[in-house]
Amino acid sequence: MSVYDVAVIGGGVVGTAIGRELSRYKLRVCLFEKEAELAFGISKSNSGIIHPGTQNPPGLLKSLLCVQGNALTRKLAKELFIDFKEVGELIVAFDKEEAERLLQIKKDGQALKVPGLRIVDKKWLEKNEPNLSDKAIAALYAPTAGIISPYRWVYDFAENAVKNGLEIHTSAKVEAILSKRPGFEITASGETFFTRYIVNAAGLYADEISKMAGADNFKIKPRKGEAFLLDKKNEHMTRHLLFPLPSKISKGILVTRTSDGNPMIGPTAEDVTDKEDLSTTEAGLRKALEGSKKLVPSINENSIIAYFSGLRPVAGDDFIIRHEDGIPGFINVAGIQSPGLTAAPAIALMTAGILKDNGLRLKKKAVFHKYRKKEIHLFSIPLAKTKSLIRKDAGYGDIVCRCEMVSSKEVREAISRGAKTMDGLKFRTRAQAGRCHGSFCTTRLMRILAEETGTPLVKVTKRGKGSEIVKEDRSSD
Amino acid sequence: MIKRDLVIVGGGPAGMAAAIAAYENGVKDILLIERDQYLGGILNQCIHTGFGLNYFKETLTGPEYADRFMRKICSIPDIEISLKSFAVRLTGDKTLTYLKPGSLNEVRPKAIIMATGCREKTREMIHIPGTRPAGIFSAGLAQKLINIEGLLPGREVVVIGSGDIGLIMARRFMLEGARVKAIIEIEGKSRGLVRNMVQCVEDFDIPVYFNHKVLEIHGKDRVEKVSVAKVDSKMNKAAGTEFDITCDTVLVSVGLIPENELIEMAGVAIDKKTNSPVSKEVNETSIPGVFVCGNSFKVYDLVDSVTADSELAGKLAAEYLGSVR
Repeated sequence: MSVYDVAVIGGGVVGTAIGRELSRYKLRVCLFEKEAELAFGISKSNSGIIHPGTQNPPGLLKSLLCVQGNALTRKLAKELFIDFKEVGELIVAFDKEEAERLLQIKKDGQALKVPGLRIVDKKWLEKNEPNLSDKAIAALYAPTAGIISPYRWVYDFAENAVKNGLEIHTSAKVEAILSKRPGFEITASGETFFTRYIVNAAGLYADEISKMAGADNFKIKPRKGEAFLLDKKNEHMTRHLLFPLPSKISKGILVTRTSDGNPMIGPTAEDVTDKEDLSTTEAGLRKALEGSKKLVPSINENSIIAYFSGLRPVAGDDFIIRHEDGIPGFINVAGIQSPGLTAAPAIALMTAGILKDNGLRLKKKAVFHKYRKKEIHLFSIPLAKTKSLIRKDAGYGDIVCRCEMVSSKEVREAISRGAKTMDGLKFRTRAQAGRCHGSFCTTRLMRILAEETGTPLVKVTKRGKGSEIVKEDRSSD
Repeated sequence: MIKRDLVIVGGGPAGMAAAIAAYENGVKDILLIERDQYLGGILNQCIHTGFGLNYFKETLTGPEYADRFMRKICSIPDIEISLKSFAVRLTGDKTLTYLKPGSLNEVRPKAIIMATGCREKTREMIHIPGTRPAGIFSAGLAQKLINIEGLLPGREVVVIGSGDIGLIMARRFMLEGARVKAIIEIEGKSRGLVRNMVQCVEDFDIPVYFNHKVLEIHGKDRVEKVSVAKVDSKMNKAAGTEFDITCDTVLVSVGLIPENELIEMAGVAIDKKTNSPVSKEVNETSIPGVFVCGNSFKVYDLVDSVTADSELAGKLAAEYLGSVR
């Protein structure tokens, strides 16, 4: 039986950030993910916004962790070589009453030490955000807001953590937890492991994992958000992330963009009961269009190239990050809804602190590999650089995905870094993420995936078992 | 920087016909680039017959039709063909950058013909709600999987839209022993050719639901069913007409869009609605010396029309080169 000091349950941004933080120390740490790949749960449908720390009520844990997380993210982005673009955000007011609310949001933000907040007027907006509705009268400008790729962030945390010794088990669903006092016996997909501590970062299923361990003291309620992506051709439609005034349950329908350049409208916010309900709806589309057009009237429905929905794991108003004193060694990191992506590095630090407070010895490794080797994305480098790359490796000149300009070399590289499925390839390389939706590159990607992983074509899946792309191989060879 | 009289982007029926026509009209320095490892473009996966009735007065399969042009073009030494060559950038001064395994190349021709074909509209473009499981294919991708790769995408199929590729693929699935349970068409009549409605649909007793639309796609990992309803005159669902069809595969065949992202990058005026270049004359664009032909100029029903259109583009390019020489 494998014996660990800490087992992290959940391979989203929270779990992997914790895994990376713990990989600094002389500990044996593992991470369990029930899906075929990391980031396939909540993280994959995150909007990718690194929030500055506004719009969270003062006095909540998440408000504090958001501001800390924003600062940590920019530091970590440099260590892990991920594109972090500090684009700034505008919370836009359309009338006097809203403009007054901005003052309160500014005051709250300043109390949390959110840097650089200032109110900008109509003239400033006309100059600096030309496509914003001319009905806007003022905005709160938060310069430290940024964008990042949420799934690549997860992959980068994980890759670096693995280099530093983290053991990751994918397709490993935790089925039972037996408290041994001290320690726990975990059964995951039929295998048994022993661990001294458990960190429960299981997202939508954190309540079930907690209950399994004996702490049935909260419920995760999924809140659905539908988001719609526009063609990259509209990348420069806006300069900042645009927010309306926040409502009680969400930050409203935003106009943002992904770190890869696709404008994004949404997300909606609707409480649902099914933790697997990732469907999009006609009503969601209407809401997103209506809300986004209020901010940017020129948004065109025909520019939509993709849509998806995600579920926020809601457990009351705040995050739940605590040691369950009744179950020594069991730590819940649950209810990490927005701004969880931003807060993740701060959550990781806090979790390490809780482990230490509860008797885990954190002794630094002699060698900690702080940096990660950056992968290459042809779409994000100048052609002159592509030219020299192709000379060194012909594979960079072999384009697989025409819409997003992804080479076979990048695809193979992504597989060597852990991609096992078509969605995993899409998240890592952007192949299939463009306007043709994989119509042209699917067969080639399937072949490369099959070849590199030694699987038959019929076993190639979209996102794990049950989602095989084709039913049968009838070719003679 | 390589210099050329004429560069043609795309080695499908359009690019090949344009190259041959330009040569026959006096252009002797031609480079044709094709991203695939073969010439022929999408014809290679169109193994059904019906090609060439107008142009050759006989009925050929797609590969046979392509082969006639391939043989001809390969016999002309003045046309250089560069395969596995992927165009990534075109500028307003007609500098084209393309990648090949092993090299990045730049060429500045006096004239350029874009024969880049078209892409299929996706489920996302027509905003069909629901989940995003495996089993949703554009009709063209399904065609490639079956005809080129020998892979069967699914066994119980619903086709959305009655475009020609969708109809042809409905028959193709039936021939492979799969079951096509329905073709769902929002309009009152087929968008495809009459002959395809007869030969691919009626002959195989495939149910067609006109004035119907798919409301939602269901299924977690793999497609499980679609919800369908009748539409009213405003294309909204008619109350009380909803029903489900179980299936493991959805084919989307709802139209084609010219691929003109390269010339758009170069600053050519593009009609936002059709994605075709805005031009006064057939095959010309707002930049002198930049021509567009075949399905990237306008989506045609028949390859024969693509050939005719592209021959004209080749001739126009030759005339243009004559006037600037």
